[in-house]
Amino acid sequence: MYDVLIIGGGVVGCAAAYELAKYDLSVCLAERESDVCEGTSKANSAIIHAGFDAVPDTLKAELNVRGNKMMAELSEKLDFAFRNNGAMVLCFDESQRPDLEALLERGRKNGVEGLAILSGDEARAKEPALSSEVACALYAPTSGIVCPFEMTLAFAENAAENGAEFRFSTEVTAISRTADGFEVTTSRGTIQTKAIFNCAGVYADRIAEMAGAGGFTITPRKGEYMLMDKDAGGMVSCTIFQLPTKMGKGILVTQTVHGNLLAGPTAVNIDDRENTATTREGYAEIRAKAALSVPNVPFNKTITSFTGLRAVGDTHDFIIEESAPGFFNAAGIESPGLTSAPAIAERLCELLGKSRPLTPKPDHKDTREGIRHFTLLSREEQNALIAKDPRYGNIVCRCETVTEGEIADALTRTLPAATLDGVKRRTRAGMGRCQAGFCSPKTIVMIAEQLGISIEDVRKTGAEEVTDNG
Amino acid sequence: MAEMRRFDLVIVGGGPAGMAAAVSARENGLESILILERDSELGGILNQCIHNGFGLHTFKEELTGPEYAERYADKVRELGIPYETGAMVLDIAEDKTVTVLSAAHGVEQIAAKSVILAMGCRERPRGALNIAGFRPQGVYTAGTAQKLVNCEGVSVGKEVVILGSGDIGLIMARRMTLEGAHVAAVVELMPYSSGLKRNIVQCLDDYGIPLMLSHTVVDIKGKERLEGVTVAAVDNTNTPIAGTEQYFPCDTLLLSCGLIPENELSKNCGIALDPRTNGAVVDSRLETSIEGVFACGNVLHVHDLVDFVSQEASTAGAEAAFYVKNGRTPDETIDVTVGNCVRYTVPSRIHITEPFPDAHIRFRVTGVFRNTSIIVRSGEAEIFRKKNRILVPSEMLDIVIKGDKLKGLSGEINVSLEEEV
Amino acid sequence: MAETRILTCINCPMGCELTVGVEDGKVVSVSGNTCKRGELYAESEITAPTRTITTTVITAEGRPVPVKTAQPIPKGMIFECTAAIKSAEVHLPVKVGQVIIDDLLGTGAKVTATKSVSE
Repeated sequence: MYDVLIIGGGVVGCAAAYELAKYDLSVCLAERESDVCEGTSKANSAIIHAGFDAVPDTLKAELNVRGNKMMAELSEKLDFAFRNNGAMVLCFDESQRPDLEALLERGRKNGVEGLAILSGDEARAKEPALSSEVACALYAPTSGIVCPFEMTLAFAENAAENGAEFRFSTEVTAISRTADGFEVTTSRGTIQTKAIFNCAGVYADRIAEMAGAGGFTITPRKGEYMLMDKDAGGMVSCTIFQLPTKMGKGILVTQTVHGNLLAGPTAVNIDDRENTATTREGYAEIRAKAALSVPNVPFNKTITSFTGLRAVGDTHDFIIEESAPGFFNAAGIESPGLTSAPAIAERLCELLGKSRPLTPKPDHKDTREGIRHFTLLSREEQNALIAKDPRYGNIVCRCETVTEGEIADALTRTLPAATLDGVKRRTRAGMGRCQAGFCSPKTIVMIAEQLGISIEDVRKTGAEEVTDNG
Repeated sequence: MAEMRRFDLVIVGGGPAGMAAAVSARENGLESILILERDSELGGILNQCIHNGFGLHTFKEELTGPEYAERYADKVRELGIPYETGAMVLDIAEDKTVTVLSAAHGVEQIAAKSVILAMGCRERPRGALNIAGFRPQGVYTAGTAQKLVNCEGVSVGKEVVILGSGDIGLIMARRMTLEGAHVAAVVELMPYSSGLKRNIVQCLDDYGIPLMLSHTVVDIKGKERLEGVTVAAVDNTNTPIAGTEQYFPCDTLLLSCGLIPENELSKNCGIALDPRTNGAVVDSRLETSIEGVFACGNVLHVHDLVDFVSQEASTAGAEAAFYVKNGRTPDETIDVTVGNCVRYTVPSRIHITEPFPDAHIRFRVTGVFRNTSIIVRSGEAEIFRKKNRILVPSEMLDIVIKGDKLKGLSGEINVSLEEEV
Repeated sequence: MAETRILTCINCPMGCELTVGVEDGKVVSVSGNTCKRGELYAESEITAPTRTITTTVITAEGRPVPVKTAQPIPKGMIFECTAAIKSAEVHLPVKVGQVIIDDLLGTGAKVTATKSVSE
């Protein structure tokens, strides 16, 4: 019997695990895929939003600004990549200036610091690649960029090191109430728990229904992206938005925290919660709309494209509530969900604390050491590492300069990678311009050796099949 | 801190280009040479090209890739040329300080008087092709699949579609068939194949594998594992034609959609690149925009034949040796410009110097042309002409301008195709 | 009965298009070839087509070793020959040129290793 079962290993579920693991509680996280960060959390803009966009006095506004303020310290403590690069919202016609001013006012109400309106020329002085059509821009210096994979993993690994249990390839299929909590049926047996945190992303409404604690619906909103070579990353330094519409923040152009250039997302509501396919129409829309902001985005340097599904709730705000005794929802976590995740986790714990005391764990470790990214180290550090472990002298991924040592680390950590994508998200091996063409044969062999399976059985992604003895 | 190691010539890459360059540099009298190879053995991509068809020019017999590589590797060893494997060059500075990473030496800086770039090329990945659909397991570039099948002994898949008719794609169509897979089709966007004719015959026709020209993959199905692809015909703007879609169930999609020279080191070094080849801009000595840095093989421009790589690399090796011994000699050069139907030339500049050596011009044409002549002119004067029955973009052309024809020229020469009357 | 066959010579990368005159199953004329080998190819392709096979053999130690038929084998026997090569028993180390099979299914072709692979 666990104190809390978290359903869903995305950034919200993992942040919740991180938060819960601070207390003297038994915590389990069930994730249907074989790794954390497999859904919406892996396919988004990776922006730490400033918080000027959300309607004041909503959870989105409050938790966004709170999350933004927490991020720098969290990235230090938990060792994930984050950079405060600033953002701009562009207007292409002076007549839209009032809309920009309204956004600025909204931001001030939400507690966003440093907002200012720039003229077109001022904006172009900061970002020379901007279109000559830019009439004015809202500048938000507190906006940032993050590595969403590392951030999610960092929460998860810290939670695991503090005793939280992670069950992968474990899909929840039914939930029934028991005398002192819930019995949760999964693809790998049943789990008894006193409380449930529903962090199931685009499936959060279905999970809530299973527990008879529903009442909202989630609509997946497709967002397609195109990612360009690091060659092109320097084109902009800020994140470049256009004036938001009711479908979202529009097509942005941004540098990623690792120095690539990213354009997207589209915004199309769909029915199929598994439809992460890219489309020709999506590519065309990204190209056309990105060009309004930054005319010469080098789409010929695209190295990959991907689709994420935002979990859009029907209440126009995050749904964070105890919808039935012991059943807590963190649902409808669309943008700015990544930014808000640590604040959502805090809020969930506060809600839990209302019905039961939360005692801080005495031996809780509040830091986490990430994989040592060889390429980011100084020469002295690199040589010291190689002297200790020569595998750090062997490059596996040429494009991102990832060593065998890092991949070996990824395969043996607290929450080890079990798939090619798992290695990629932990180490960046395969994230570069050749998209794993050169490194995947070596990585596959390493995974097979580590897991003691045949090379043919190494998976790129996805849940492990349930076998008779599994 | 230990003294920096110094070499007259550092060669980045121990594939066919790097090895041939090393052999030639040594044969031209250079003693102090080091080859740096990132893989665990010499040979580069040839080690996975287990098919035959290599070496007809160089060795006058038909060899497989590994055999061709081993002959050169043996030569490197016979000549006592030092090489280090597992050594990845991280940076080349403008002053030719080479930063290299290896388990044996850690991160090390090496001083070089001259450098030959021989890093080869990489395949265009799926992401660069903007194919709509999912990103499941089972989509590989042809070369990655080749490595898995030939070097790791892995069975990649059973039911295969290949997009792109580059030579690696054609070779893999046969290879997968011999490994027991069924190759449903090779799909090519262009109205002509980008592979060699012999490979269409012996890799596709022999096995009844259809080549679908002017077609492309428009959708990839299967979220975790590939389930199938949709293929459609394209019009003359390469846009898919609605209503022509055909679905092929498959567990493997191989991509053979072009090769890109690996010039990240060159870029960081500040070497000028040619946007047409994605390789360095070089003169007839294969010297780049940085003095003493030479380039050859697929990192310079993508070749179809390893024999031409070896030949080109020999020139680079000899020129590097000459440079180390003599420094740069001031002399006249002329530019090589492209005319009608010529996509690029290597080199883009030719030295006009005593004793007026013959000059190779390597180039590709922009389309399929029948009954044309390759003509090189200096102003109005014709200095080269050669008739051809058929020229195709997939075939790199190599013409030799006699030294005596170059004597006294100035300004530029122009390479073009003209219709034969 | 005379007929004309169009073939692509596979001897070298030029891939010459051969126009082959055939009478009663015999080659009577070849044109379009650049060298003598084109003629020989046309002759063999019409009367008894052959191919060189390259594949890998997995050694007892589990390592793939590339091999080839040192002589061409009948085109019609490609699959059975490949299967026979696959089932050959090989131990490391292997030297390039080492004979793996002495006479492949009675074709007279040797199968040799095309790469030296150490243990």
